[in-house]
Amino acid sequence: MRNIFIILTFLAIFLIAGIALLKNKEVEKPLLLQLKEKYAPKPEKKKVEHAKFENLNKKFKEPQEVTKECESCHNLTADEIMKSNHYNWEREEYMKRRGVIYLGKKNAVNNYCIASHGNEKSCAKCHVGLGLDKDGNIFTDPANIDCMVCHDNTETYMKAPEKGGEPVKTLDFEKIAQNVGKPKRSNCGVCHFYGGGGNNVKHGDLEMAQFSPTKDVDVHMGVDSVNMQCVDCHKTKEHNISGKLYSLSSMNRDRATCEECHTSTPHEEELINEHTLKVSCQACHIPIYAKVNSTKLYWDWSTAGKLKNGEPYVEEDEDGNHKYMSIKGSFVWGKNLKPDYVWFNGTASHYLAGDKVENPSEQLVLNPLYGSYNDEDSKIIPVKIHIAKQPFDPVNKIVIMPKLYDPEKGVGAFWKDFDWVKASEVGMKEQGLPFSGKVDFIETKMYWPVNHMVSTKENSVQCAECHTRKGSRIANLTDFYIPGRDFSKIVDRGGLLMIIFAFLGVFAHGGGRIYAHYYRARRGK
Amino acid sequence: MSKYVLIYKGFERFWHWMQAILVLFLAFTGFEIHGTYSFLGFHEAVTYHNIAAYLFLGLTIFAIFWHLTTGEYKQYIPTFKNIKAQLDFYLFGIFRNAPHPTKKTLLSKLNPLQRLTYFGLKIVLIPATILTGILYMFYRYPTRYGIEAINISSLKAIAIIHTASAIMLVTFLIVHLYLITTGTTITSNLKEMLTGYEEIEEEEENKNGE
Ligand code: HEM
Repeated sequence: MRNIFIILTFLAIFLIAGIALLKNKEVEKPLLLQLKEKYAPKPEKKKVEHAKFENLNKKFKEPQEVTKECESCHNLTADEIMKSNHYNWEREEYMKRRGVIYLGKKNAVNNYCIASHGNEKSCAKCHVGLGLDKDGNIFTDPANIDCMVCHDNTETYMKAPEKGGEPVKTLDFEKIAQNVGKPKRSNCGVCHFYGGGGNNVKHGDLEMAQFSPTKDVDVHMGVDSVNMQCVDCHKTKEHNISGKLYSLSSMNRDRATCEECHTSTPHEEELINEHTLKVSCQACHIPIYAKVNSTKLYWDWSTAGKLKNGEPYVEEDEDGNHKYMSIKGSFVWGKNLKPDYVWFNGTASHYLAGDKVENPSEQLVLNPLYGSYNDEDSKIIPVKIHIAKQPFDPVNKIVIMPKLYDPEKGVGAFWKDFDWVKASEVGMKEQGLPFSGKVDFIETKMYWPVNHMVSTKENSVQCAECHTRKGSRIANLTDFYIPGRDFSKIVDRGGLLMIIFAFLGVFAHGGGRIYAHYYRARRGK
Repeated sequence: MSKYVLIYKGFERFWHWMQAILVLFLAFTGFEIHGTYSFLGFHEAVTYHNIAAYLFLGLTIFAIFWHLTTGEYKQYIPTFKNIKAQLDFYLFGIFRNAPHPTKKTLLSKLNPLQRLTYFGLKIVLIPATILTGILYMFYRYPTRYGIEAINISSLKAIAIIHTASAIMLVTFLIVHLYLITTGTTITSNLKEMLTGYEEIEEEEENKNGE
């Protein structure tokens, strides 16, 4: 009787536990499914209908008039904008061995179009202001904030070329003002897809195909997938948009990370989850970038300036990409690229305007990314590497920031006059830096972390693409041991030798026994 | 007159053959992980190596328990008595069809050379493989859960010792498989390990028993 009681109790416990366990599973949906539901395209529920506002129902002649109307309701927003890096073109950053600096338009040097100073009229096309004053400075009057470039939902807003950020004046501002909303991919893309002076030139993972990409190009943005917008991930607080690009950032803060949504252990398999300690999500989930159009990999400024019949010209390669431009030099492009991989802990350093280069015969890294295997905060990330040969003052040992653009000939702008010495002299003078009169070229390198164009999980990087002796994706990261790729030569060679000796010994001994056996058998007979 | 004596008990045989299968399988998957060849695919090799490793670990724990509780571990304590005679046998006697210098008995079923080898195997090689194997599996966890004191900063030493001991195990296997054939007849050792029974001369048994 007592036994039966005990058995029944146990059975009941098992039953209850079983039901509880099973039920729990039913209730909790896998994270990925939850995310898909959360971000799936659905008709947007508007909180405000801008078209119904009377003060937006009028003909606007100037874009500033629109901004004033915006600010008449959003009366504290201008403050936020005017503090943001989108407006100021610079941000406060802390850099190892340098301290706090304002990194941006005044001191940033890259290896595409080199620097913005002196070229603002052209560069400011991607500025959230409505033009610049005659010295190329940003206006401090809040009426000059460009609200529409980010908030136009009609996809008709357009900046005028080389006007310091002014829009084309013939736009239907009334229609745009009545159709403002959360920024769409198109709003961000008009600038961020064309960095470096053309589609996909800079990033390699951000390009016009992402206005309406397929799932294969980008699982997040795919129109046949969840069709996410940039701001779904690049969460924004007081008009400060999260997400960092390490050509202009050096601190590990305000980053837009995969883990925010996916957690750091999103895989079913624990073995894979363990990787996330040292491997970024992007490293495996972005097996290739520049999936649709090419991106620039190499830029040689030293060949720029050749003319045909006194006129600049352009040559294209078989894919229709610029191979040579008199104004910019020669290029190498690439498409469907495997990223390079580096250790990265979220902090970087930068070559800044005027820095002396210790050893000009060595390749100069303009934005060294910090990190190593032994650094707890570091993970392996995929990067695009861009190499360039760019003008350099061999006497002062500083990278030259030449004047490139000017509407007029004769001012010294390289794109008009094609004279490196003149362009360097004018550019460096505007920058307030010395120039020796000599122009040389230095090889430079930049890292562009690849974060977009995430592939479907079926297409992610497979184990053996890294865990292999030949052609491992991370063959260049040699500061740690990974199975399948690494081995000790001594142990492997010694081991092989030992096994060979074991076999030899066995064969010799066995052979001896067989021989002795037959020898005895014959003698016995 | 001769009679059959149970020399390898049920558990012992089960343990021996499971160990044989597991070590072979672990070596097969292990050296694929190592990059020596590619057959199952890296992911599968790792998965199966891990499963087999857990089984091997379980088996070893049972075996340790069995050896301790039954006192069978005493069989493996090395003795240097007769070691020269045993060496002489393998180097010379075996070719002359000389008799084995040591007799298997219930209390001493391993010859002095076997004792020495298996002692090394059980005290050094298998523990080294298992220990480095476990460290290999779990070395990432300390950092993950923030236990700094047992944080292992690099896999290198662990992996290299694991590989080295794996290679030695394979070498052992090769020689071991050959030495199976050196029993009274070519197959007698194999039969004993399969059935557990050994044919023992009755008088000798008596002598030993006295
Ligand atoms: C309980 C015992 C064992 C455990 C826990 C174990 C565990 C492991 C683990 C975790 C790995 C790394 C797999 C990975 O990449 O994640 C590994 C690799 C390996 N194992 Fe084992 N293993 C055991 C026994 C063995 C045995 C008996 C052999 C061979 C006779 C063996 C041979 C190897 C080899 C050759 C590698 C590749 C090492 C390298 O290239 O770094 N393992 N083992």
